[in-house]
Amino acid sequence: MSVTRQLSPVARLEQKTVVDLIAKGKRVDERGPLDYRPTTITLGIIEKANGSAQVYLGKTKVLAGVKIETGTPFEDTPDEGILTVNSEFVPLASPTFEAGPPDENSIELARVVDRGIRESKAIDLRKLCIQSGKKVFMVFVDIYVLDHDGNLIDAAATAALGALVNSKMHAFEVEDGELRYKDEIIPIPMRDYPISITSSKIDSAIVLDPCLEEEQVMSCRLTVTTGKDDRICAMQKGGLGFLSPDEIKQIVSTSISKARDLRAKIIPNVK
Amino acid sequence: MENTVRLIDDNGLRVDGRRVDELRPLKIEVGILDKADGSAYVEHGKNKILAAVYGPREAHPKHIALADRAVIRCRYHMAPFSTEERKSPAPSRRELELSKVIREALEPTIMSEYYPRSTIDIFIEVLQADAGTRCAGITAASLALADAGVPMRELVAGCAAGKVDGRVVLDLSDIEDKQGEADLPVALLPKSNMVSLLQMDGSLTEDEFNQALEMSTAACRKIYELQREALRQKYHAARDVAEKEEAEAKV
Repeated sequence: MSVTRQLSPVARLEQKTVVDLIAKGKRVDERGPLDYRPTTITLGIIEKANGSAQVYLGKTKVLAGVKIETGTPFEDTPDEGILTVNSEFVPLASPTFEAGPPDENSIELARVVDRGIRESKAIDLRKLCIQSGKKVFMVFVDIYVLDHDGNLIDAAATAALGALVNSKMHAFEVEDGELRYKDEIIPIPMRDYPISITSSKIDSAIVLDPCLEEEQVMSCRLTVTTGKDDRICAMQKGGLGFLSPDEIKQIVSTSISKARDLRAKIIPNVK
Repeated sequence: MENTVRLIDDNGLRVDGRRVDELRPLKIEVGILDKADGSAYVEHGKNKILAAVYGPREAHPKHIALADRAVIRCRYHMAPFSTEERKSPAPSRRELELSKVIREALEPTIMSEYYPRSTIDIFIEVLQADAGTRCAGITAASLALADAGVPMRELVAGCAAGKVDGRVVLDLSDIEDKQGEADLPVALLPKSNMVSLLQMDGSLTEDEFNQALEMSTAACRKIYELQREALRQKYHAARDVAEKEEAEAKV
């Protein structure tokens, strides 16, 4: 069951400060309303993973790792590899995170990141088929939230994308249904680079990339994920608030251009 | 994804004979459960959805209570027999996510500040699923809240739009959802024209998205009229009975 989240007393006290600042077009960390926090991405820091990426989005820190294994395909997609996205809100990342099975926020985050990768067809899953209906490669993307200072979705989506782009696997061939690995190391087949951009509505203003203090007092957020051709591939509204259709259209339009900028910044680095 | 079947024919009609901007038939009933404080049943195409509300009632366990408002709890659940293949009754990750987004779509309409230290529980059971269950679930749950007498700012109506065979269409059916190119579930507060649920998956250009958003919000307004009618049916009927009894008592 999904239950109303309790706002911390500190966040409640800070609410007025954050809202007053935003009414003046300012923000707690001195950014402009449409400024994205500095994003840095480091690839391949986990040698034992097929691919990995650590992303800093301001002070938010997320690590994503990719593991590739073999398994049985789903019945309705016998010729396609399998993508699985999971996320862990590690207790060391925030005083509000607890050990145990993933809560609804963690599940939501993993599913939003999954939709972005899946719906943009970022991975060419057909190229990960070993034997139709019998054996395919399974790509596991595990997202580890290490430090929570807001906007985990964007940081996680960027880390997941970085880890996928960074992923290497042995080239393979199939002889009489037998999988045989070659010595050659190849990247996993990527076709698109989905980027998530989250905006939040605070009072009546729209700001990009909310930090934790802003997230705690926001009325709601909207994440828009776009592919390299600017097409929207996933969206998710969250939080206890409303958005007018005009606000949504404005956010979509801003998100598309911001995603273009961020992709141009991230992809040359990761290639 | 390959289109094995054409989903829109040369006359612009869809597999079930609808036009691109046409809703599936809806049937809405309010107050159909005896024990729940409020309930509603919605048939939206082949979707059959039951929603019940309990509360405001004492928070249990006590530690979940909030000092200044009611806690809203929401569960979206699909019956094992609701889909082609049996669905395990254990809540899936999808159901957990939908429970959250549905709560977030309904909660801001509830005047929960009137009921500190209590809970309002919303249960949505999908008895038969045919694409668009979260939207139909919201349509039903909002009525169940109204039926329970929970003070609300406004009703919420839900409807999805999407893209099928290269065209933006309203209210996808099961086959359109599975073979289509995009799905955009939306919930709207029709009077204030505010969107309280918005999700999307698939592939849409900005123009197509704007068109789909217009289409789904227009449909939510139509569903809102049906919601009001369903509430009137129950409460006007009750009022008529009461008036009749009163008149008979005078004679």
